[in-house]
Amino acid sequence: MFTKRIIPCLDVKEGKVVKGVNFVGLKEVGDPVALARRYYEQGADEIVFLDISATNEGRKTMADVARQVAKEIFIPFTIGGGIRSIDDITTLLRSGADKVSLNSAAIHDPQLIRKGAEIFGSQCIVAAIDARKRSDGSGWNVFINGGRKDTGIDLIDWVRQVTALGAGEILLTSMDADGTRNGFDLEMLRAVNAIIDVPLIASGGCGTMEHIAEVLESDVADAALAASIFHYGDHSVQEVKDDLSARGIPVRREVSA
Amino acid sequence: MITVIDYGMGNLHSVCNALDAVQATYQVSQDPSALSAADGLILPGVGAFRDCMRNLKQSGLIEAIKEQAHAGKPLLGICLGMQVLFEKGYEVEESEGLGLLQGEVVRMQDPDVKIPHIGWNRLEHAQADAIVRAEEQPFVYYVHSFYAQKFLPQDLIAYSVYGQMKIPGYVRHGNVLGMQYHPEKSGRDGLRMLARFVALCEGKEATR
Repeated sequence: MFTKRIIPCLDVKEGKVVKGVNFVGLKEVGDPVALARRYYEQGADEIVFLDISATNEGRKTMADVARQVAKEIFIPFTIGGGIRSIDDITTLLRSGADKVSLNSAAIHDPQLIRKGAEIFGSQCIVAAIDARKRSDGSGWNVFINGGRKDTGIDLIDWVRQVTALGAGEILLTSMDADGTRNGFDLEMLRAVNAIIDVPLIASGGCGTMEHIAEVLESDVADAALAASIFHYGDHSVQEVKDDLSARGIPVRREVSA
Repeated sequence: MITVIDYGMGNLHSVCNALDAVQATYQVSQDPSALSAADGLILPGVGAFRDCMRNLKQSGLIEAIKEQAHAGKPLLGICLGMQVLFEKGYEVEESEGLGLLQGEVVRMQDPDVKIPHIGWNRLEHAQADAIVRAEEQPFVYYVHSFYAQKFLPQDLIAYSVYGQMKIPGYVRHGNVLGMQYHPEKSGRDGLRMLARFVALCEGKEATR
């Protein structure tokens, strides 16, 4: 039984988790290692850390975070944000990250995907893509720099390109849905999933357990990434998985906790 | 003590972190003599079959590994480390494996599922075993595009179903064990398997 994956995402700035993380009884609120551990124990299938540091110093701390996380959790984890070179990729993978996600840097230098995949294997290279629907509704454009800059590049063209270059997974964030908590962007996910053979991680818009069930039941993605639903303590990963199981969606359960 | 075999292609950190978590005593080494001193061996691996065998050869480890395995020392191959236990692989080009298990490693093909097989899949038992017990059917984390075929049916302990394919997840022939998935990335259930392998190496009965 192959399962759908549930992936909590942590935004990390200068080594601290940002966004109001609201766990009752958790002292180390801003500590990415403690939070990752918490999600791991709840049954997360994977964890994504998104580095939104503004400084080089902040970015360097991500490697330390990776080293500590790798000692604490025994599921795959991905680090993204601010990765610009093979050196950056090497540092993070050697620090214990299983995968890195490339976003803006891949637009500036698509060969970074190819080189990364050749050196470390496609399974290590995730193409993270932020996209927004064009105003004429004809499709979606890819945005970079944290969603601030429209590249004018068509989403579908870019997806074909990154998979041809060797990206092993696509992490697709809908900017139209992101932050709304109104549900995943099924239309966009469906359009991308139809043209790829690599796994697709749905991101942006998750506000309730029903949204996760909806995107996974529609079979338009292999994994659902969510932040606020977990951070704000609305639901634990365990609760989400219980809900999905009850709906007949295959998820990983542990033999014994 | 366990020796984790270092031949320049492993995700050694992940395996070592997991061994730390189960409080195993281990060393990382590429020295053939460190193989004979150990109670058990772990052969990790990420990359391509051909390159893996090439690196093992350059490190002078092929004969040392075979010798130890033939002498009855427990050997656990993980992911690519499992694949090279077989006789032959076809990744990049046809290459000879270690030949400790009968069978060959071929590209997965099924138009109805995504390949590589990335993610969590359940282990289904073909037969009982002390490392993955019959009453357990744990989920494990896979990342691979090739899989073992033409293996001895009695060597298959547990498999996972993916599309129409039956993926040999855990194979074992006596003291030679192979896991296609990553036990070191398979959560607490994966750690438990590693703890039991360590217990096996140390000649103890696994208690958990």
